[in-house]
Amino acid sequence: MILGFVAVSAPLGDTCLSRGMTRLPAITLAHPATLIGAVFTPWIAVGIALLIGFFASYLTALSWADLTFVLPATAFGNVIVALLSRFWLQEPISLERWAGILLITLGVGFVARGPSLTERPEAGPEALTASKAPTAELPENELQEERAR
Amino acid sequence: MTIPYPDAQPGVWAATAMIAAVVLTSTTGEVLTAAAMKSIVDLDEIRAHSGMKGAIRAVVTCPLFFAGVSFLALAFFSLLFALNHLNLSLVAPASASLTLVTNAIAGKIFLKENVDRRRWASAVLVCIGVYLLAH
Repeated sequence: MILGFVAVSAPLGDTCLSRGMTRLPAITLAHPATLIGAVFTPWIAVGIALLIGFFASYLTALSWADLTFVLPATAFGNVIVALLSRFWLQEPISLERWAGILLITLGVGFVARGPSLTERPEAGPEALTASKAPTAELPENELQEERAR
Repeated sequence: MTIPYPDAQPGVWAATAMIAAVVLTSTTGEVLTAAAMKSIVDLDEIRAHSGMKGAIRAVVTCPLFFAGVSFLALAFFSLLFALNHLNLSLVAPASASLTLVTNAIAGKIFLKENVDRRRWASAVLVCIGVYLLAH
């Protein structure tokens, strides 16, 4: 659920940003202040709002799953956007893109079947292990049930 | 990095440098953020105990989190900068797919995550997939 929101909001936010930025004149490193001004144009503001929502749920996901689990899973958003544009906006999808969709789906399927968190029985520094140990000892399906609640 | 003619399409090196900047800063930011979130207990649990405010407080009082966010902000502005000079169809797939692989490497080295064959395979599959899809 959270991963789903992460997946959808990130590409949508990026699209808004792209629309906003390409309408502006070229920005050079000599005038970095123009970048700050760009933040207040409407498309970019909407993009940023979406990305803030994305970031909050991304952080929540990171607190209970590995980075190498969250990242491929959220890349599934690209597939959702592509399928939306196909069936909703009626945009054609080339063979290359279908191949991309297939590869991402395969990759996400791969990672989703594995454990979401590296188990750390006694290794690892600091309080990190002490706080994480009880959850790590739970079997995977029990952990998932806990998430669902 | 200086771009002498901002109106012209940047050369290969300038484009590479821009994408590399995005990839490096976002990888650093994501690794730091992930480390920060791992150092806090499960956010869902904190929210169940002490509400949304407690969860937000737990996050914003973590110094690692600020380091991570600074790098992510840097990554964000370098992405804006790159988008302003290069096409979205180049920047988005290149940075998104490269970041996946650099993050898998950084996750293994710095976060000591268990990046097994399954995760390598999915990182590479998703990387190629994202590139094909966004290109």
